[in-house]
Amino acid sequence: MTATVPRPGTKGSLRRRLWRLAETVTTPVLPGDYLDLVAPLRAGADLRGRIVDVRPETPDAATVLIQPGRSWRGHLPGQYVRLGVDVDGVRQWRAYSVTSPPGRRTDPISVTVKAIPDGVVSNHLVRRVRPGTIVQLDQACGDFVLPEPVPTRVLFLTAGSGITPVAGMLRSGALAGSDVVLVHSAPTAADVVFGAELRQLADRGVIRLVERHTTVEGLLDVAELDSLVPDHLERQTWACGPVGLLDAAEEHWSSRGCAERLHTERFRPTVITTGEGGTVTFTRSSVTVEAAGATPLLDAGENAGVLMPSGCRMGICFGCVLPLRQGAVRDLRNGQLTTALPGDGVRVQTCVSAAAGRCELEI
Amino acid sequence: MTVIQKKADNPIAHLSAEDIETLGKELDAIRQRVIDSRGERDAAYIRKIISTQRKLEVSSRVVLLFSLFPPAWIVGTAGLAVAKILENMEMGHNILHGQWDWMRDPKIHSTSWEWDHATPAEQWKQSHNELHHRYTNVVGKDNDLGYGIMRVDEDQPWHPAYLGQPFYNFVNACFFEYGVAAYDLDLGKNLKDGRHKNPEFRAKLRAAGRKVRRQVLKDYLIHPLLSGPSFFHTMAATFTANLIRNLWSHSVIMCGHFPEGVETFAKTSIEGETRGEWYLRQMLGSANISGSRLLHIMTGNLSYQIEHHLFPDLPSNRYQEIAPEVRALFDRYGLKYTTGSMPRQVFSAWKKVFRLALPNPRRSDTSSTDDRPTPTLATVGA
Repeated sequence: MTATVPRPGTKGSLRRRLWRLAETVTTPVLPGDYLDLVAPLRAGADLRGRIVDVRPETPDAATVLIQPGRSWRGHLPGQYVRLGVDVDGVRQWRAYSVTSPPGRRTDPISVTVKAIPDGVVSNHLVRRVRPGTIVQLDQACGDFVLPEPVPTRVLFLTAGSGITPVAGMLRSGALAGSDVVLVHSAPTAADVVFGAELRQLADRGVIRLVERHTTVEGLLDVAELDSLVPDHLERQTWACGPVGLLDAAEEHWSSRGCAERLHTERFRPTVITTGEGGTVTFTRSSVTVEAAGATPLLDAGENAGVLMPSGCRMGICFGCVLPLRQGAVRDLRNGQLTTALPGDGVRVQTCVSAAAGRCELEI
Repeated sequence: MTVIQKKADNPIAHLSAEDIETLGKELDAIRQRVIDSRGERDAAYIRKIISTQRKLEVSSRVVLLFSLFPPAWIVGTAGLAVAKILENMEMGHNILHGQWDWMRDPKIHSTSWEWDHATPAEQWKQSHNELHHRYTNVVGKDNDLGYGIMRVDEDQPWHPAYLGQPFYNFVNACFFEYGVAAYDLDLGKNLKDGRHKNPEFRAKLRAAGRKVRRQVLKDYLIHPLLSGPSFFHTMAATFTANLIRNLWSHSVIMCGHFPEGVETFAKTSIEGETRGEWYLRQMLGSANISGSRLLHIMTGNLSYQIEHHLFPDLPSNRYQEIAPEVRALFDRYGLKYTTGSMPRQVFSAWKKVFRLALPNPRRSDTSSTDDRPTPTLATVGA
């Protein structure tokens, strides 16, 4: 365990020595494994957070307030954080934009989650999770952030939960002296996340707000910006929302020769195409093969010369378990699908799993 | 027991090949029902066990810092023994089986877990999960049948060295964790065959050496040193706790496959074995222990050895729940569900260790069986 921050001088080395002594007592586990029982948010622990409150925003969105652990390094407005949430006992990782303004590192942060149909994690966070729950965190990341110095004229083009990174920027106060226009789409006025807050900002003249309620007015055609925001091409623009909107925006800005003024953030929904068999990549061995839907990944790897770990070859010994970096596999015993995205930390038994679409195994 | 195929009354003679496959499908369905309902409750169970075990271990070790005082010695030793048993049985054994991998928690995962035991998790997983669970009770394939030092089946050839096996078994019970480590290394065979220079064996030996060193240092040097004036008392306490843990786990494990009523199988019987036949072998090759909820937890639910062998990767807290369904299947298919109280099963296993220390009694019906063709499990009913 090297997670303790080493300090210069004798104090640091004494601390390190004490820690090493503690390791000899707690072996085979780490002192941290014991400390986690009483202080999961302490400095030096794996980064976690405790949910302190869940506040409804709209009928299907809620803001989750999280007290991050002491290792939290803070965030920039517009960045996202990956959350590891246990749903039905299974750890699921998802990325959400931080909607709270940067504060002291000991302040709670917030993410705002919109429940999507069949969304395992989003529905859990919006409707089921209780204050006090511990979640896993990663440090904030993402380059959907405001530059320094902040541009004087800004356009935000958002739809649905795409408002969340922009909310973080607006709340940070960094845009105080700028001319800001926000064009936001949502099905109805009631579905606008942070609706009241945005309208208040508009009333106070802090931003110009253009709301588009798509159930009555239809989807926004990006060309409409010519009349809605005539100077939009001269503004530095940040766009976040569904793929259709972002593709149209990129097309629009580049056809007008202003692509460099458009910055987009794409939330990648968990869409893994599944099928029978697929292309399997063994990442560290740099081997890629086509595998049939009935061929165990173990056989596919071995046939391609990959040094696969193996054991009973019947699904009982767990000697062949490897990380599934991304993609989809099917359990040959019961047909159950397992999908993974990078960072999900999913491991599969290669002897009883077959490719169910493209997949990457770490070996 | 005796290899099932040589028995006068073959316990599976009444089952057709179709029966066995239907039985397999019914067991698959039980497994699927558990998988479909795995969730928060199960995750909470294992986390509760881990948290309880760790708190118990820490508090027992703190109490032992004052082991000079007899009450502290007794309380600390008892607590540490229970903590070590929980750690090995309900946590280590089951987590290393991958029973909790589905939670995707990297801290409670078969690929990352290490346990309070002389043998490294990686080596134990190979000899136990891969060999014992795959070749359960196949004479000549499953080394758990007597661990290579004892004769626990009539079909294992007798040798005068086996006369001492009650003694070996007792010594093995006292130092069980080291016995297991040597067994996982296949130490006897590797040394005898001059394979000790094999790089793979040497790497495993070094890994085991490192593990043993860390374990010994913790229990017999660092913890006693931290106890100051109680140095020797703490050392005696950790030795006693390890002894209790060893005797307990050895007894539980003897009850799994050695008691009377458990069947064994010939090497040839598993050639071309189907899923249904594999299940059937697990059913007949294992024995349960009946008792209270506390006993089940302290045995790591290996008291449900039959359920565990059928579904080694299902969460241990579910074995108790599916046991009635599994037992009903035994009844419906006319099979014997071997179970008994712990004292009874331990006695039965020890009795066998004593009995088979001697050669088989000469009986015409058993000595002639080798000459006639024997039905194998794979061909029963065909």
